[in-house]
Amino acid sequence: MATEYVLEMQNITKQYGENTVLSDVSMAVKPGEIHALLGENGAGKSTLMNILFGMPVIHNTGGFEGKVLLDGDDANILSPYDAMIKGIGMVHQEFMLLPGFTITENIKLNREITKPNFFSRILGKNLETLNMKSMSADARKALDSVGMNIDEFTRVQGLPVGYMQFVEIAREIDKTGVKLLVFDEPTAVLTESEATQLISVMKQIAESGIAVIFITHRLDEVMAASDSITILRDGRLAATRRTSETNIVELAELMIGRKGESVIDLEKRSVPHDTVALHIKDLNVDMPGEHVVGLTLDVYEGEILGIGGLAGQGKLGIPNGVMGLYDSEGEVELFGQPLKIGDTDAALRAGIAMVSEDRKGVGLLLDQSIEDNIVFNAMQIHGEYLHKLGPFTLKNSSDIRGIAEQMITDLDIRCFGPTQYAGTLSGGNQQKVCIARALCMSPKFLFVSEPTRGIDIGAKKLVLETLVKLNRDNGMTIVIVSSELQELRSISDRIAIVSEGRLVDILPPEAPDADFGLAMSGIKPQDHNEKGAAGHDE
Amino acid sequence: MRKDFDFRSILRNNAVTIMFVLLCIICLSYSGQTVPYVMYELFGRLSRNAFIVLALILPIVAGMGINFAITIGAMAAQIAALWVVEWGIGGLGGFGVAAFMTVPIAAFFGYLIGNLLNRMKGQEMIGGLILGYFANGLYQLLFLFIFGNLIPLKAPGLVIKGSTGVANTIDLSTERGFKYALDGLWKVPFGTGLYITCGAVAVVAVVMLLLKKMSKKKAIITVGIAAASCLLYQIPFVASLFSMVQVPMVTFMVVGLLCLFNVGLMNTRLGQQFRAVGQNRTVANASGINVDRTRLIAIMISTVLAGWGQLIFVQNMGSFQTYGAHEQVGLYAGAAILVGGASIRKANNAQALLGCILFHLLFIVAPSAGKNLFGDAAIGEYFRVFISYGVIALALVMHAWRGVQKKKKAKAESQ
Repeated sequence: MATEYVLEMQNITKQYGENTVLSDVSMAVKPGEIHALLGENGAGKSTLMNILFGMPVIHNTGGFEGKVLLDGDDANILSPYDAMIKGIGMVHQEFMLLPGFTITENIKLNREITKPNFFSRILGKNLETLNMKSMSADARKALDSVGMNIDEFTRVQGLPVGYMQFVEIAREIDKTGVKLLVFDEPTAVLTESEATQLISVMKQIAESGIAVIFITHRLDEVMAASDSITILRDGRLAATRRTSETNIVELAELMIGRKGESVIDLEKRSVPHDTVALHIKDLNVDMPGEHVVGLTLDVYEGEILGIGGLAGQGKLGIPNGVMGLYDSEGEVELFGQPLKIGDTDAALRAGIAMVSEDRKGVGLLLDQSIEDNIVFNAMQIHGEYLHKLGPFTLKNSSDIRGIAEQMITDLDIRCFGPTQYAGTLSGGNQQKVCIARALCMSPKFLFVSEPTRGIDIGAKKLVLETLVKLNRDNGMTIVIVSSELQELRSISDRIAIVSEGRLVDILPPEAPDADFGLAMSGIKPQDHNEKGAAGHDE
Repeated sequence: MRKDFDFRSILRNNAVTIMFVLLCIICLSYSGQTVPYVMYELFGRLSRNAFIVLALILPIVAGMGINFAITIGAMAAQIAALWVVEWGIGGLGGFGVAAFMTVPIAAFFGYLIGNLLNRMKGQEMIGGLILGYFANGLYQLLFLFIFGNLIPLKAPGLVIKGSTGVANTIDLSTERGFKYALDGLWKVPFGTGLYITCGAVAVVAVVMLLLKKMSKKKAIITVGIAAASCLLYQIPFVASLFSMVQVPMVTFMVVGLLCLFNVGLMNTRLGQQFRAVGQNRTVANASGINVDRTRLIAIMISTVLAGWGQLIFVQNMGSFQTYGAHEQVGLYAGAAILVGGASIRKANNAQALLGCILFHLLFIVAPSAGKNLFGDAAIGEYFRVFISYGVIALALVMHAWRGVQKKKKAKAESQ
């Protein structure tokens, strides 16, 4: 059956258990076009690509509904290897290269050109000798086609990241019969000039008739490179556009969208800005996947500051860096007092508490009771809730029971009693135990990181209400980091948007969707509106 | 990229080897032993140990660290050796049958080991070590209870009368055994051995040159080195150093074949898969390589080779301790390859052979050095056991330390 599309994904629906991550998504890519796939995190981009590549995670969770057509024929893609044979290639975000191999060996990995020898005739093809000459000739050809004149016998180890990216591309091009190439956030690790070169290589590839799917969060690159755009939002198809018929503001709006109503409604108030509670200057955090680069930010006493941004852009690195959970550098002042950076103990003693995004890993001792969890930090750091007997200390059980019961009522933790194991609680209640523990330290300043991840709507509301109550009644300064923009908008006084480890802008919660969309892709909305063009914020 | 001649980094990267060379020289000078005697001992030890050390290379390349489970390959060989003695097939025939029998037994054990190690990726070394201890229990059950009781053994001396199980020592020097089956085939003085080896190397180089498989420069250098070593041997002083050495040519040829096998295998598609899996399992998997299967093959080959290595070892010794001969195999071989400059991530033939030479050199000279220095040979003996554990510990620490250094360097470069 002839068709004008090389790839059609029709009415794809995918559920993980009860959770629908993709519903009725369709997408069609023509040969020789660059098709951008846009969306926030959690919008379903990676699930869609996992389906395309037949990743085991899809098959192990009950498959998917809908159809994937290649050249108009039903393509039943069983595994990533199968996808490769059917002509679908992927340029990974994390490089799939072996550092100890030469460029040639990497390009030809597991597709080596061999010639038979005495042993292979007896023991099978696997023992055939490598034919380095023809392998390197092929590699040379592939490298030339991406415009790289580096020696094909150079080892990958020590190559600049930009080069590695091009080696990856060369490898995909070298595969015979490639008709569709997926680029997953290819420009994230590149310098600006390398990114420009990459886009021109992408265009070359497309001109040779190969279709390209370009996944990125940089809207200006989408405008510069793509022919058509599919935008996903919350697992649904938000829109399909021709690039020539749209503009960057519309894309930003489509990407963010309105996700229903506010989670909770609050009275408007003026943003407090009298005293600086936390002053962060030139913060660098080396948190894997969430790097922060030279971030400067002031938090005012009495406010709720939201920090938003796409996954992997460094928003989680901020609280983790200030608390010293990862290697970090920079200056931090708390209420005018300098804070020793990278020292968790000092941060806790100074009166900063944190509710971690990694509830089960960092946040809770799952095999301990609720009450032990609640007082753990206060006991370890401040030496509270203890009997002192000379050099020995004993837990003060009655005090612990008292505070635990009070917290259980105050925060409405649903449990059988203070001695229940934390691991047996539901996600929302575990989160409340984490908050209770932070409160037990009587902090002056609270970091809350992804407080509503993985908990249901009702619990979400309760957690957010608790935070607001702490802020309004006790005057606690709160920084809330969340991937859910709507949640930030409903409780924050100001929202800082982070992209690529840097602060892009601080927006009021009522700013238009397009502004948030632009900021998340690294473009300061003000600059864009003033210039009326795609300015790149550096 | 400019390559600095950085003395400190050379020192750091070869710390273990350099330390060992120094130690050997010190011990040699205090041992009071003559160089000809040391050489005589060294060649004997090399001929019986080099093979088993070379068997470690493949798993290291495949990213599984030092295969301490070669102990189990040695057990397989001893099972085969026992039955060959029982059947009374002496000499080279007996050795051949034992080698042939070792293959299925060791391959089967290797298959089990490989499957287990595939379930404990990242902990292969400790896994192999403990597995060796565990298998030792089963081995004892087999030799104490099953052989000789359930399956009767008839050969004289295999079972002690009035006792149960196989005798403590299995003697291969009778007409039923295969002592010197390989070594005795063709034994020549060192000089003759040198001429033959150099001649063969030169001929091969010329043939390769004519077949255009070797560059002219390389061929000339190879022939030159061969000629130079023959010329060097003409100096009476040099020749006198090796006066006591008798070279078992066939045994060394077998070792040479294994070296060629290791090199040749790396130039095949399978070898490429070993190397890819060794560097990064995720990347190898993404390119469609069956990671588990590749690792399994590496362990199976290594186990079979270790079995053959143990057979070469026992045919040279002429007898073996039924319940103890295999115990230290993994540890000593592992220490030897590390001494040669290999790491738990990288190893080649040259490192294995150099390590073997240095490690055994120390073994020869340490006891008498200990005796001369401290008045007690036991201290030297204690010292060499201490050293072999120390080397492994040091190699592991250095591996971890290099990882940290690398990370630091990468961080410094990225900024």
